[in-house]
Amino acid sequence: MVETHSLETIIKEHPFFKGLAEPYVKLVAGCVTNARFDPGQMVFRTGEAADHFYIIRQGRVGLEIWSAERGPITMQTFGNDDVFDWSWLFPPYRWQFDARALELTRVFALDAKCLRDKCDKDHDFGYEMMKRFSTIMIDRLEATRIQLLDLYKTATKKPE
Amino acid sequence: MSTAETEKQSTVSASHEPMQPAICRVKQTRRETRDTFTLELEPVDKDLHIRFQPGQFNMLYPFGGGESAISISGNPAETRKLLHTTRVVGAVTRALYHLKPGDTMGVRGPFGTAWPVEKSKGNDIVFVAGGIGLAPLRPAIYQVLANREQYGKIVLLYGARSPEDICYRREIEKWSSRLDVEVFVTVDRADAGWRGNVGVVTTMIRRAPFDRLNTVAMVCGPEIMMHFTILELVKRGVAEQNVFVSMERNMKCGVGLCGHCQYGPHFICKDGPVFSFDRVKPWIEHREI
Repeated sequence: MVETHSLETIIKEHPFFKGLAEPYVKLVAGCVTNARFDPGQMVFRTGEAADHFYIIRQGRVGLEIWSAERGPITMQTFGNDDVFDWSWLFPPYRWQFDARALELTRVFALDAKCLRDKCDKDHDFGYEMMKRFSTIMIDRLEATRIQLLDLYKTATKKPE
Repeated sequence: MSTAETEKQSTVSASHEPMQPAICRVKQTRRETRDTFTLELEPVDKDLHIRFQPGQFNMLYPFGGGESAISISGNPAETRKLLHTTRVVGAVTRALYHLKPGDTMGVRGPFGTAWPVEKSKGNDIVFVAGGIGLAPLRPAIYQVLANREQYGKIVLLYGARSPEDICYRREIEKWSSRLDVEVFVTVDRADAGWRGNVGVVTTMIRRAPFDRLNTVAMVCGPEIMMHFTILELVKRGVAEQNVFVSMERNMKCGVGLCGHCQYGPHFICKDGPVFSFDRVKPWIEHREI
């Protein structure tokens, strides 16, 4: 476990928490633990309680869905500094997908209930967190929309 | 970097007889992916050397099959070997696909503006390619790597439809193994066997290691992909005049006479295909153009 004061420094400097007021950084730091996942290890599985969200310090994680015909299908991968995911934020607080470490991955695991309680008690803090997660959701939605366009299939670089 | 200066410097004039094709012989055809192939050509005239700059294109003419503008994808240092990578999308490229080693065909060019490889010395270089958009960038990559010590960080971000659609796979693996080049490859969709990244190429920009204030970005791919790539690069802090794109329109004459490739005040064949983003920004945002 990293000491609290260095955790606060790391959190403060992370792009996701950039600009977060000092007291809120302390609130977040109080809900963080370190975790590591070996290559191939599941971070979470569909249907399990979404009791954490994760910030990748180093490594790579794939977000998957299981298909009986095709096995695990990776929809998106996350790398250093990426935040995943947001099922912890909304009822029923269950993961909708699987997540698997693709290589040795070290993360900050943020305790979901701890954070939700703090968001409920302090709505300004809750708003700060929602703003940050909304940005991530918009980014992911935009990326998913582009992905759905299947650009490289339909694009003809050389019209004739 | 001054945009105007860069563009002027990177513009080269076409050959003295721009409408007269040089006869080239097909040395070999290499299949890159299921629908993409590379033609290796050599001028029949043993004394003819075709010098080009990265980003330029040739008009390829399979006899009796029409003519099409195809970017040059080979090494600018090899003046007797012309490489063109394309996919089968119509009659001309289908005719090109069916050429056999020893067949001859016509080549006009090289035409158009170049990537600002020379003017970017001293900067970090970020190449962002989508699908077959890696082909027009490959000559620039060769040239930058041939003069590696004159550049800062070199980053290649490449997005493909699936692992099977990755162009120049062996070459990408070779670049990836270098300690002085950062290569990130991602695919839009993959099955269980793929251990690499999944997601659109634009998502890699925010964590790519480059100095935003000292970076030249060269972008090529489908226009929608370039649009979102530019947004991410600018959001990251890269100046608009330091983002270069390769535009695509229906080119016919190659020398700015016929007007088929008019793009606002520009002719893509003559004023492009490589533009700094600030030059084409007003036109990219007009859907009628």
